[in-house]
Amino acid sequence: MASLAEKILGRAVGRGLRPGEVVEVTAQRIMVHDSIAPAVRRILTANLGHDRPLHPERMAVVIDHVAPAANLATAESQRDLRGWVAANGIRDFHDAGDGIAHQLLIEDRIARPGEIVIGSDSHSTSYGAVCAFGTGMGATDIALAVATGRTWFRVPETIRIEVTGSFGPGVGAKDLALTVTGRLGADGAIYSALEYRGVAALSVAERTTLASMAVEAGAKVGLVHPEGLPAEQAAPDWLLADDDHEPRGRRLEIDLDRLEPMLARPGRVDDVAPISEFEGRAVDVVYVGTCTNGRHEDIARVAGLLRGRRVAAGTRLIVVPASRASMAAAVADGSIATLLEAGAVIGPPGCGACIGRHMGVLAAGEVCLFTGNRNFRGRMGSPEAEIYLGSPEVAAATAVAGRLGDPRAILEVIC
Amino acid sequence: MARIWSFGSDVDTDQIVPGRYAPYMTRDEELGRYAFIEARPDFAAAVRPGDLIVAGPNFGCGSSREYAAQALHLTGLAGIFAPSFARIFYRNAANLGLRLFEADLREELGDGEEVDFDFEGRVIRAGGRELAIEEPPELLLRAWQAGGLAALLFAEARR
Repeated sequence: MASLAEKILGRAVGRGLRPGEVVEVTAQRIMVHDSIAPAVRRILTANLGHDRPLHPERMAVVIDHVAPAANLATAESQRDLRGWVAANGIRDFHDAGDGIAHQLLIEDRIARPGEIVIGSDSHSTSYGAVCAFGTGMGATDIALAVATGRTWFRVPETIRIEVTGSFGPGVGAKDLALTVTGRLGADGAIYSALEYRGVAALSVAERTTLASMAVEAGAKVGLVHPEGLPAEQAAPDWLLADDDHEPRGRRLEIDLDRLEPMLARPGRVDDVAPISEFEGRAVDVVYVGTCTNGRHEDIARVAGLLRGRRVAAGTRLIVVPASRASMAAAVADGSIATLLEAGAVIGPPGCGACIGRHMGVLAAGEVCLFTGNRNFRGRMGSPEAEIYLGSPEVAAATAVAGRLGDPRAILEVIC
Repeated sequence: MARIWSFGSDVDTDQIVPGRYAPYMTRDEELGRYAFIEARPDFAAAVRPGDLIVAGPNFGCGSSREYAAQALHLTGLAGIFAPSFARIFYRNAANLGLRLFEADLREELGDGEEVDFDFEGRVIRAGGRELAIEEPPELLLRAWQAGGLAALLFAEARR
């Protein structure tokens, strides 16, 4: 049967497609963020003599990578970006503190099921959470789309991730995403689409964790089957309906009942193993946030495990919500108060230290447990820092112990 | 002569140019100097126009930052040979006119080796050996001629 990727691209060109074909399509949404916008504008001006978008109503502009500005250069760059947004009548604009682009486009239903959404950030695969064909591109590709309203794709092969069972205590979507990355490898899905099946019970937040990490296996998109999406984000029938042909391509089967809390070792996203292999490693910084695991659900999970406990002496817990709405919900339900009492530092919504520019950058020799998506050398600051990737639950257990820890150990005490 | 610069598998964009060296943190024209600034500090100082990178699969994985491809392009590299490239990096390179070749030459060419890269003849000559280069796709050849795929597509957009 046609994969979700083939269906969405096929719908866009009005005919059935096979992997390997190259198609030109309308970019229904184009997201541009603060650190790439200056390059996009420069490329437009150099090539066209102006930097006006052809369709301002299809643009979404977000200041999230360095938010609020960390220094004079970013402050001036963001001032210019606000001017460009105003001059071109771009209505979907999110200023510093609103949150991470990917979270905002999903929350505000700017990214919709079955649409083609391109973004200037590689984690634009996140839009696959609501089954939008979301993918990242560089400044020139984005500039071309801003200028023409169009872009091109090679129709990807699809790798189906067939999921069965349900998460056990202390295990969640991040452990599934890390398991998939580990099994496929960092280049296992290169040029391909990931298609998650059997995940109708997962929330949009959990789906976003899966979709955001798809790019870590090299995937073009990470499409989560739209079955089970909430009514206000429900997919159209053409996208939900399955025809009865056998699916083509590779498959990966994962039984959630057998999943354990997983970690990725420093340096490689696909060097993944169960927490039991790491327990006891001392940790300087526990960092909760990003488009992968910075939503209200994630923060509430961390707070749930920290209630009545304190962050271990010698360890810092930094929590950076993915959006204003995530933060507001975490304030309303008491999660933020719990985290503050436990000793956490709370940052303004945005990308935080994920790209190593501000708000918790790591020093040489420091060890970090990160709920984000990349642990490349030097990603969050010093190339001599070590970044382990893990879930919010592992983050909580690690913050309490001051060492990489298994959340199931504290869960037992609570139960 | 061209020098071979060997790299491993899954060379990510944080190795090519760390996020802290983003253009608005530095200056555009200086970008070439930051290529592999932390991962391989000798590279930017010693690389010469016409040199070649030979790497493992998934070169350029990670961020969408075009300035990673741009930094390498500004050094004047004549090409990067790897069995596969991360898709965003591949598109960025095509747009900029940085020549990528999907070929695994890791067994054939060692780090520091001096070779003669005859692009027109589609061959690399290395110490008496001749390594044939597969004919690149026609669209890319046109793009490289024009200074990048973006130059072709923008010319179309202006019409």
